[in-house]
Amino acid sequence: MPGRWAAAPGRAGTPHGNAGQETMAAKASQDDPERARRFREAALPYLDDAYTLARYLLRDAADAEDAVQECYLRAYKHFDSYRGPAMKPWLFAILRNVCRAEYARRATAPVTATEELPESAEQTPLWHETPDTPERQMLRRFDGDTVRKLVAALAEPFRETFVLREIQDLSYREIADVAAVPVGTVMSRLARARAMLRSAWLAEQEQAK
Amino acid sequence: MTCEEAEVLLHALIDGELDAGHAREVEAHIASCAHCAALARDYREISQAMGQADLRYKAPLELRRRIEKALPQPQAAPSRRAVLRGFALGSAVSAMAATGLVAIVLRNDDEQRIRSEVVSAHLRSLQAGHLTDVVSTDQHTVKPWFNGKLDVSPPVIDLTAQGFTLIGGRLDYVDARAIGAVVYKRRQHVINLFVAQTANTERQPAKISTLQGFNIRRWSDRGLNYWAVSDLGADELSEFGEKFETAMRANKEG
Repeated sequence: MPGRWAAAPGRAGTPHGNAGQETMAAKASQDDPERARRFREAALPYLDDAYTLARYLLRDAADAEDAVQECYLRAYKHFDSYRGPAMKPWLFAILRNVCRAEYARRATAPVTATEELPESAEQTPLWHETPDTPERQMLRRFDGDTVRKLVAALAEPFRETFVLREIQDLSYREIADVAAVPVGTVMSRLARARAMLRSAWLAEQEQAK
Repeated sequence: MTCEEAEVLLHALIDGELDAGHAREVEAHIASCAHCAALARDYREISQAMGQADLRYKAPLELRRRIEKALPQPQAAPSRRAVLRGFALGSAVSAMAATGLVAIVLRNDDEQRIRSEVVSAHLRSLQAGHLTDVVSTDQHTVKPWFNGKLDVSPPVIDLTAQGFTLIGGRLDYVDARAIGAVVYKRRQHVINLFVAQTANTERQPAKISTLQGFNIRRWSDRGLNYWAVSDLGADELSEFGEKFETAMRANKEG
C-alpha cells in the first residue's frame, strides 16, 4: 500500500495536482463503477510500460512496484482531469513525480543522489566523450541483461530521457511533457545520454575482449 | 553546420524528429564529416540493438492485483463487455505483455452469452475460406503465429496421434474482441478451440452443453478459459478435451 508515497510533494501544473481536496461530489465520482471501468480500460493496458519505466527510474523492483501502484491510484483520483488522447505520457508524468518523491526519500543515500550532477554535465562538450577514431569496428551486440545494466548505469535525468525515447518510444514532445522541460532540453539530454551510453558500450566491449 | 550542432541534431535525425530542411543539413554535414558519420552510425546501431534486446519488464501479477483491488469494483451485474475486457486490453498491450491479466468474472448469464458468441464464431469459421488464418499441422508453426497478435498466446498442441488433427489457427472475434482459436479436425468434423485468459487461476472442471445443435466443452486451467465447439458428439468432444488436458499436463511436467 502507498505508505511513504502518500506524502509525495505535488507540483503545480502536473497531472497529479492537489491531493486531498475532495468535495463530496468528487468523492462520489471516485466510487462510480462506470468511471472505474473507463479508467481500467484506458490505463491498465500500460501497466507493463509503467512498471518498466519505474524499474529504470528507481533501479529497484520493490520500489518500482510501490511507485506504480501509487501512480495508478493518483491517476484514478485525477482521471477526470485527463483530456487525452495519449494516456501513456499522462501516466508517465504522474509516475515520474512519484519516483522523484522516492529520490527525495533516498537523498540520504549518497550513491543514488545523482540528480545533482546533471546540469553541469549537460553543458560538457559532447566530443570529449568520443576520443576514439572513426575507423573503429562495428559495435558489438550485447544481450538484454548487459544492455539493461548499461542503461541503468546512466545518470539522471539522462537515463529517464533515454528510456522514454528508446524503450517507451515517446516522441520528443511527449518526453518534454512528461519531464516538464522544453523540447530543446530533451534533445540535449538525449544527445548526452546516447554519448554516455556509447562510451559505456565501447568500454564494455573492450572489457569483453 | 558545426560538429557541435550536428552532434545534437543527428539524434533528432535518427529519431525522425527533424523537418526535411534540417534533416538535409544534418545529412550533408554527416556526409562530409567522418567523425559525425561514425557517431551517427554508432547511435543507429545502439538504437537498433535497443529495439532488439528485451529491455522491458513485466509488471508482477501481484502488483496488478493490488491495483485492481484498490479500484472500485465493477457493478454487481457486469455487462458482457466486462466479461471480455481482457481481450480488449490485449490488443493495446505490447507483445511483451503475453500473460497480462485482467479480472474477468464470469457469471452464469455471461457464460450463456459467451457460449452463444463462440457458437456464432464457430459457424462463421465454417464458411468457405474462414476457417484458418495460418494453415499448418505443425504446432511449432501455429503457436508462434499467434505471438504479438494476442495478449495471451493460446497453447497449441498436436493431437494427431490421439486422433485429432491440428489444422491451423485463427484470430476470431467474440463480442468484437480478438480471441485466439486453434482449429482441429476429426474426420470431417471441425473443432474450434477458443482460448481466453481469466483472472481466476483455479482449475474448473469441464462442462459439456449444447447450443444450436453444437456441443461445447468449457473448462478453465492455469488462468485460461477454454471453449471447444464442434458438431462432434458429446462423447467425442469430451475425448478431445480430455486428451488436450492430458497433453497440457504432460507439457507442463515434462
